[in-house]
Amino acid sequence: CAKKLDLLPQNDLTPATTYSTAEGYKSVLAKIYGGLASTGNTGPAGSSDIQGLDEGSQSPFIRGFFNCEELPTDEAVVAWNDQTIHDFHNLKWSSSDPFLRGMYARPIYNITIGNEYLRESTDEKLSARNITGADADDIRKSRGEVRFLRAFNYWVMLDLFGKSTFITEDDGIGTYLPKEISRTDLFNYIESELKAIDADLAPAKTIEYGRVDQAAAWALLARLYLNAEVYTGTAHYADALNYAQKVIDAGYQLQPEYDKLFMADNDKRKDEFIYAINCDGLYTQSYGNTTFFVHCASGDDHNEYGVSGGWYGYRGTSALANLFPDPTGVTDQRAMFTTSKYGTSASQIAIGDISDFNNGLHVNKYKNIRSDGLPTSDVQNNFADVDFPVFRLSEMYLIYAEAHLRGGGGDAETALDYLNKIRFRAYGQSYGPGDVGKLTSSDLTLQTILDERARELYWEGHRRTDLIRYGLLTTSTYLWPWKGGVASGTGVDSKYNIYPVPASNLTANPNLTQNTGY
Amino acid sequence: MVTDLKDGKPIAGASVLVKGTNIGTQTKADGSFSLNAPSNATTIVISYVGYTTQELLIGSGGMNVSLVQSASTLNDVVVVAYGTRKKGDLTGSVTSVTAKDFQKGVNNSSEQLLQGKVAGLQVTSGGGSAGGGSKIRIRGGASLNASNDPLIVIDGVPVESNGLPGSANLLNTINPNDIESMSVLKDASATALYGSRASNGVIIITTKKGAKGKVKFNFNTTTSAGVVGKTVGVLNAGQIRTIINNDAAATGINTYKDLLGDANTNWQDQIYQTAMGYDNNISASGSIGNLPFRASLGYLNQDGILKTNNFKRLTSSLSLTPKFFDDHLAVNLVVKGSQTKNVFADEGAIGSAIYFDPTQPVYDQKNEGYYYGGYFEWRQLNHQGVFDSAIDLANRNPLGLLNLRNNTSTVNRLIGNIQLDYKLHFFPDLHVMVNLGLDDAKGSGNDNIDSVSATNYKTGGRKTYYQQKKQNTLADVSLFYAKELKSLNTKFDLLVGHSYQDFVTDVFNYPSFSYRPIADFNHPEKKDTIAGTEQTFYTDKPEYRLESYLSRLNVTIANKFLLTASIRRDASSKFSKDNRVGYFPAFAGAWKLKEEFFKNTTIVSDLKLRLGWGVTGQQDGIGYYSYLPRYTRSFNTGAQYQFGDAFYSYLRPEGYDANLKWETTTTSNIGLDFGFLNNRISGSLDFYKKKTKDLLSQVPVAPGANFVNLLTINVGNMEVKGFEFTLNTTPVKGPNLSWDLGFNISYNKSTITNLLQNQDPNFKGIDVSGIGGGTGNNIGKFAVGYAPYIFNVYKQVYDKQTGKPIEGLYEDINRDGIINDDDRYYYKKPAPDVILGINTQVNYKQFSLGLSAHAYLGNYMYNNFNSGATLRSIKNPINFIGNTGVNYLETGFSNAQFLSDYYVENASFLRLDNINLGYNVGKIFNNKASLRIAGSIQNVFVISKYSGLDPENASDTGVDGNIYPRPHTYSLGLNLDF
Repeated sequence: CAKKLDLLPQNDLTPATTYSTAEGYKSVLAKIYGGLASTGNTGPAGSSDIQGLDEGSQSPFIRGFFNCEELPTDEAVVAWNDQTIHDFHNLKWSSSDPFLRGMYARPIYNITIGNEYLRESTDEKLSARNITGADADDIRKSRGEVRFLRAFNYWVMLDLFGKSTFITEDDGIGTYLPKEISRTDLFNYIESELKAIDADLAPAKTIEYGRVDQAAAWALLARLYLNAEVYTGTAHYADALNYAQKVIDAGYQLQPEYDKLFMADNDKRKDEFIYAINCDGLYTQSYGNTTFFVHCASGDDHNEYGVSGGWYGYRGTSALANLFPDPTGVTDQRAMFTTSKYGTSASQIAIGDISDFNNGLHVNKYKNIRSDGLPTSDVQNNFADVDFPVFRLSEMYLIYAEAHLRGGGGDAETALDYLNKIRFRAYGQSYGPGDVGKLTSSDLTLQTILDERARELYWEGHRRTDLIRYGLLTTSTYLWPWKGGVASGTGVDSKYNIYPVPASNLTANPNLTQNTGY
Repeated sequence: MVTDLKDGKPIAGASVLVKGTNIGTQTKADGSFSLNAPSNATTIVISYVGYTTQELLIGSGGMNVSLVQSASTLNDVVVVAYGTRKKGDLTGSVTSVTAKDFQKGVNNSSEQLLQGKVAGLQVTSGGGSAGGGSKIRIRGGASLNASNDPLIVIDGVPVESNGLPGSANLLNTINPNDIESMSVLKDASATALYGSRASNGVIIITTKKGAKGKVKFNFNTTTSAGVVGKTVGVLNAGQIRTIINNDAAATGINTYKDLLGDANTNWQDQIYQTAMGYDNNISASGSIGNLPFRASLGYLNQDGILKTNNFKRLTSSLSLTPKFFDDHLAVNLVVKGSQTKNVFADEGAIGSAIYFDPTQPVYDQKNEGYYYGGYFEWRQLNHQGVFDSAIDLANRNPLGLLNLRNNTSTVNRLIGNIQLDYKLHFFPDLHVMVNLGLDDAKGSGNDNIDSVSATNYKTGGRKTYYQQKKQNTLADVSLFYAKELKSLNTKFDLLVGHSYQDFVTDVFNYPSFSYRPIADFNHPEKKDTIAGTEQTFYTDKPEYRLESYLSRLNVTIANKFLLTASIRRDASSKFSKDNRVGYFPAFAGAWKLKEEFFKNTTIVSDLKLRLGWGVTGQQDGIGYYSYLPRYTRSFNTGAQYQFGDAFYSYLRPEGYDANLKWETTTTSNIGLDFGFLNNRISGSLDFYKKKTKDLLSQVPVAPGANFVNLLTINVGNMEVKGFEFTLNTTPVKGPNLSWDLGFNISYNKSTITNLLQNQDPNFKGIDVSGIGGGTGNNIGKFAVGYAPYIFNVYKQVYDKQTGKPIEGLYEDINRDGIINDDDRYYYKKPAPDVILGINTQVNYKQFSLGLSAHAYLGNYMYNNFNSGATLRSIKNPINFIGNTGVNYLETGFSNAQFLSDYYVENASFLRLDNINLGYNVGKIFNNKASLRIAGSIQNVFVISKYSGLDPENASDTGVDGNIYPRPHTYSLGLNLDF
């Protein structure tokens, strides 16, 4: 009878059956990529990868990353009352914050399944499983991609939490206690990994859409080096400039119309996108990918976002509006703040009550509408097709210019030229009447670049990192509405430049240590 | 002359009645009586408390009769694990309730028969839905994340009580009229023979069997009407108008004012109805030749008080209990078949009726019945600019929810077993019993939402079919050996057995279809399949098995000392080879103090001290394959990733703990059974302590160590302490008037004593008890040193002058100048400290009157309805008007303050469950039949300070959302024996 107690599930696979075919590998690879777009194994929700938290709002990557990088800044406030969500803009979060728990868990989850893939895709295992030829070559390439994704997820940890739980393919699965890695060591690890995978990755622009190539690794290196001084105390501006240049030289082009970068068919913007997280209204459904962007920002005007209903949540502050020559988008077309319902008059933008969606700057940047006018995938218009651009060419231009100004070499003429490429598109393939939009060498200052980054990259998850690099996130030097929970804005403790390690993780793993001040 | 057979002394006050009449008298002090009987009378009946009633043919001269002292209830046989035992010989904590003591009135589900009858047993119905289920807890439960439900055994077959799609409650497939008795096994010495499933107690249900003799028939019929009692206190149309108009005047913004309607609708009146119920049962029992049998048929048709809700049950049962080979082989065949048909109402209508704007009409005159079936719905512009799009997140018309959804199911269930009990011809002390059992349940149904319903208009309605089967088979072989060693004045009996049980579920998944010919214009090939509902796997077949060896020894020495020792060895397929086997021992002893010290006094009729200790396990409530590394394919098409032009489904590695095993509970119990004055006062007192270790808990694991961040592993300890006291009395017992009064009280305290593998003084516990409103808000914790689900809240600050809570102002408990999560404190718990049950019955001649009530003390509830009562809920930011509770008038809060302790309320209560009045008409139809008529009121009233609808809540979390109100039910029944 004893044998009869060894039962196996009917539909689930054992590791051996999972990895018996190349298709099995590709489905696990899809999961590792999809860890940034989906929240679990059921779309849009129902079998979450992360347990004990709200699947739609606390476990997704894009939504969590947005909350951490944009909500504490001048670019975003939220009307809702979900748990501690207001702590973000108020710059007063604690180590028990559930959103932070989710944002710690998500990258580590993605890393953990990536490590498993690396363990299962070694040459020995492939040959033992009789996977050869083109299939084996593609799997080898994918190992480089998985290591890129692991480095990217670790970069998120580095940027938000300043250190991380550290696990690689050498660690197993169980209930052991992983080690912690310091910020400098993590920086070095990410750097070495990104350099080491160059040989495995496909050359820039040669792999199928959705998968990463060498340029993605360079772009992440450029971003990593630009912030190296914050991360480690040692500047790497020359490296930042060089890697940005490498990406630029790889043949990427700015798309002529800025607004099309954020529409439902933005998978056509391959020439500008170096790496985007793919979302689809039918096949990659989640309440926390770009579906979140189109819903959270819309209210009665949801038709202009291409969705069937608004969530009446997120807006920007007047500080973001003030960075534009006029917030209506007539001159600088990147100012997408006007819809049929909400305008940009001073009284509309001013936020009297954060909980009142009617106040604030209504951001109509992401739209689930196709530029070619065809219907989107989801006939019900609930879920968005918009892909989330992680690295775009214009960021590389901006990194070049900033790294140059911060002593990273290169030349001012190129820097100015790169900035003006961005401005030229922003003003509608011109510099506007009388070339008002064109920057001159006297404009080539760090402040201009910070402002330009906000104008070009707002709501793409850069602002907090930028403000920290400029020393403006917590200090009283730059105030915006409701900074620190005060209507007129106030400085806060500098500990808020780094998020706390969630207390529940410290409990589960005594090897982890808390950040200073928490 | 009536005397005691034992000592020959006369018995005074015995009742003497002419059989079948009211004519009678009582015996005098010398035991004599005289009676003028009618000429056609043939028999008299003589009865006296504590003695067996005797019948005597009427003779002409002096009649003498000697009464035998009845053995009292101590000789009643109680069903226990794998056998029966005399009540007086029990060593464990077992309470048996027989049919005559069941809750009266209409009970759709068997467990409700026990409500308030057993100390330490908590039966809480989930609400008032027709055929709905209950939460059952014995001594508070010993688990956290694993199941806290007791094991239920019907006629020797441990049955499936977990859910089945299409069934509101699997216990409702059993007809309460077929039940003879229910035994509640509470301590480990009573339950340990059920091993790895026994930690939360066991309920053994025994159905009625036939006895040798003439075939007797019974027919009973009950008609009932359930009416809504209290509804939730919400604002009326006038109040909403005043609030909106005042707000518009103050802010100068007329957005909401313009949305006001002209109607005065009481939405809660709209959704409820009087629930009629009809229950008819007929049974025959007796023997045909040498074959004892019982057969029954039952049909129940019960409406719910929420419109459209209905439950129908057809049950049949057959038992055959023949004996062969000079009674050496006893066969016991029981088959119970049932079919239930449910019409589920969309219970979302209950919440919707509370929150829907009372200024709006039920039917939208403006839209001429075109949109949404004519029901008023909140609308907005659609893509074409037409004002016809139902607002996504708006409240839905409660009547539209009910009437535009057709959700029906059928559940067929067959429970059957055959027991062959063979007493060996050559060695009659030994008998072999084989028990083969089957529990087969199939649920299927259609959940169809009309194409014009506002909830699913975008997909053109929704049609969903579902089906699931569960099959559980059992094969037990046991040997019983009983021997009396007269020289040692000792009796013993020994049981050795082997048990094998297999549980298979067949899952069938189907996509949902639209009423439109083509649901997705982008994918015409999918025809009317609704996008995203395609299933990756159309079938699944989870299965688990259990193999056990068990043994028990009972020893009785000098009829004074009773000893029981038992052990069970369980092996379960839910765990890896290395952790599969567990041993569950138990020991118990009892000392009959009555026999020792009070043998010759009649004042003390029973006194027995019991001591018990045992180990039990728990493995329900976890996955079947949780110990195995495995990969899961994404469940539907909505979870895929795009590479190039193709989408790839996900293969996800699942979290697992290879070392998973069951949790174990060690229980110690000390009890005293007593009876005085011929057991006219009897009862028992028990103290217990349960310690659970290796709790199957879902706890945070070190990030990166596993594929999940919360993993079910064996970690944590819990302690449960308590006492139970039961008292049954018969204050009056005479020929015409008798009065029984029963009372039970139990106290239970559960404390989590550990939750971590790695101790951390700063650990604040695990979030539990999600609430409605906001997203992801939790109100409770599993925290060390506290009861499970303790509320974790902010301390509300109140205005000194008005006494009203101040919005958003809380005490800075850690005095760090910031009010954040660290300032939440542990405050009260949902489980009651004390549970009381009271039952009484008065019989006067042919009349009987019974009352039963139960009460909870020290239980608290989070009033989630009040916590959402804000201006924001009226002026909903998504551009519609909502309603809210009258609590808003108290607080005046603009925004919800979900985590305030203001909303945690004392929910202690007393509920009068039942009043019933019966009249025994007696013989009718020329003495061919006897008739009894009974009427009852159920859920008569509740006394509580709790401000919500009902302080009794079946959730463990104590979060009071919108429950299906429990109706007041009036019923009238006839019972005919012939």
